[in-house]
Amino acid sequence: MGRTLSEKVWDDHVVRSADGEPDLLYIDLHLVHEVTSPQAFDGLRQSGRRVRRPDLTLATEDHNTPTLNIDQPIADPVSRTQVDTLRRNAEEFGVRIHSLGDKDQGVVHIIGPQLGVTQPGMTVVCGDSHTSTHGAFGAIAFGIGTSEVEHVLATQTLPQARPRTMAVNVSGELPEGVTAKDLVLALIAKVGTGGGAGHIVEYRGSAIEKLSMEGRMTICNMSIEWGAKAGMIAPDQKTFDYLQGRPHAPQGEEWDAAVAYWKTLRSDDDATFDVEVDLDASTLTPFVTWGTNPGQGVPLGEAVPDPSAFTDEVDRSAAERALTYMGLDAGTPMRDIKVDTVFLGSCTNGRIEDLRLAASVLEGRQVAAGVRMLVVPGSARVRLQAEVEGLDKVFLDAGAEWRAAGCSMCLGMNPDQLAPGERAASTSNRNFEGRQGKGGRTHLVSPAVAAATAVLGTLSAPADL
Amino acid sequence: MEPFTTHTGTAVPLRRSNVDTDQIIPAVYLKRVTRTGFEDGLFAAWRNQPDFVLNQPEYKSGDILIAGPDFGTGSSREHAVWALQNYGFKVVIGSRFGDIFRSNSGKSGLLVALVQQSDVERLWDAVEADPTVPMTVDLGARRITHGDLQVDFQIDDYTRWRLMEGLDDIALTLRHEEDITAFEASRPGFKPATLPVRTAG
Ligand code: SF4
Repeated sequence: MGRTLSEKVWDDHVVRSADGEPDLLYIDLHLVHEVTSPQAFDGLRQSGRRVRRPDLTLATEDHNTPTLNIDQPIADPVSRTQVDTLRRNAEEFGVRIHSLGDKDQGVVHIIGPQLGVTQPGMTVVCGDSHTSTHGAFGAIAFGIGTSEVEHVLATQTLPQARPRTMAVNVSGELPEGVTAKDLVLALIAKVGTGGGAGHIVEYRGSAIEKLSMEGRMTICNMSIEWGAKAGMIAPDQKTFDYLQGRPHAPQGEEWDAAVAYWKTLRSDDDATFDVEVDLDASTLTPFVTWGTNPGQGVPLGEAVPDPSAFTDEVDRSAAERALTYMGLDAGTPMRDIKVDTVFLGSCTNGRIEDLRLAASVLEGRQVAAGVRMLVVPGSARVRLQAEVEGLDKVFLDAGAEWRAAGCSMCLGMNPDQLAPGERAASTSNRNFEGRQGKGGRTHLVSPAVAAATAVLGTLSAPADL
Repeated sequence: MEPFTTHTGTAVPLRRSNVDTDQIIPAVYLKRVTRTGFEDGLFAAWRNQPDFVLNQPEYKSGDILIAGPDFGTGSSREHAVWALQNYGFKVVIGSRFGDIFRSNSGKSGLLVALVQQSDVERLWDAVEADPTVPMTVDLGARRITHGDLQVDFQIDDYTRWRLMEGLDDIALTLRHEEDITAFEASRPGFKPATLPVRTAG
């Protein structure tokens, strides 16, 4: 019987399997950052262990680094200690690190693909749940906890129970002005935040094939927001073109051998998935969230739902609590919701294509009075590229702030936070209570909606301008 | 890791769904470089609300958390597990959990007991009726007992065995080091390495 994409990649990484035990899986790439690694390195030290494969490990600083004055020491002493700890650990254990100020520094899930170390058919892990991003290349990529970080550092393997398989078939084509972000938000609203639990999901179908690599990364990035273990997309010519010439892409004969292997990475026609979900992309419109989990979303043209309309008791009480937290009334048109802040960035939508899209909307326009817009490139190289293209000028001329690369307001570990009650349209991936700052209110949106919202001050799409 | 066989304590009913890891411990509390001291960040946004369950005198000393569905979804932060443990929790009971949270718990020795949502409701009701009644969680028998109420829970065999033996995963894996070395010898040459460093200049 045929095998699915994820089964093929999984099988190629099984070091050992035994009845009643999880498979021992080999890890091709381990990405490391400052927040989830200190206790893992400490564990190695205490047990006298070394990093087994420093040459398959890559560290960067992103989660709590500042986006202003990055040439000065980090002001917050606790953040500084955490970053210094990573630097010391990288040095002691021989791990490559891209520190603040380095051209290859940036959000961990942006720099992997950018350097070309993320490739089809790999296993990629990181102590961060949005590791699923790398699945856009046809890799099995998932987030792990700190104990597992230590395990991978020490052994370059992980014991893992084989997940179930799921296919999301997206037919049709996204209409003009509708992006990968809208697609994935609509999907999560349809299947619920727990819908993918225990599964590796393969996104397929004509709408997925038409997406750029950036768009595919946005989709795979948010796999975790509906509970999936990982999200994957079969590699194709677009994937190969994206990779060719990147610093760590194979070269010469190795390139040919790699591409020959990568071309085998597709689900066989007779492969079966445990679960299949169908979605028609051509029916989609810009999508935004109203609540406090990524599944609580509606099309921009609709209104804040009435909790009493939910038949499920748990959904109803969650909706009631969300509306209280968000300070919203049922029935309010989404387009009437005023925001204080717009955040453009994160590993979901902080790539060059996202910045280009937002800049094209902002060009010749102004951020509304009373609204602050923060533009935070996903990596130092995205920032440099944007500056080459003059996008920074577009943002600055419109009245937005142009910052240095990092996670920033996606999780509010650095000074970029919402104040209590402050409302944001954000291109990031989580609208959880307090995610962007204690008491902050988040609406998840696409980069196009973010830019239009900045101009009008209320949730809007470029077509409203 | 301490072996876990059975635990008797008192329970705390957390009647909320979708308590993601940002609720269990917000990001600003994640800056410590140790595995301890995270208890202050536990449920930080709710801790100063007088009606929050952990602020009720009858639940102050509880060490078994009975959570609503989709507990521990979201971020991979193991700090969520440490915060629960640092605060004193030994067991979390619920009907649906985030995958990474569940796996992190198993590694750190926090027992995650999976039950039907209808059983969660029964346990909530029973505990609220009399919070002083001790609850026993028996990992060997996969059974929760509270007064007359008995509920069976699920946990996969491998995690159960590791918890009961108190085994360190890394040491277990390193028993198979020869297999790892053999696997490495068979990896294709085109697989990327991060060293030596190459950048676009
Ligand atoms: S940008 Fe946000 S989601 Fe992505 S790694 Fe950083 S904190 Fe996590």
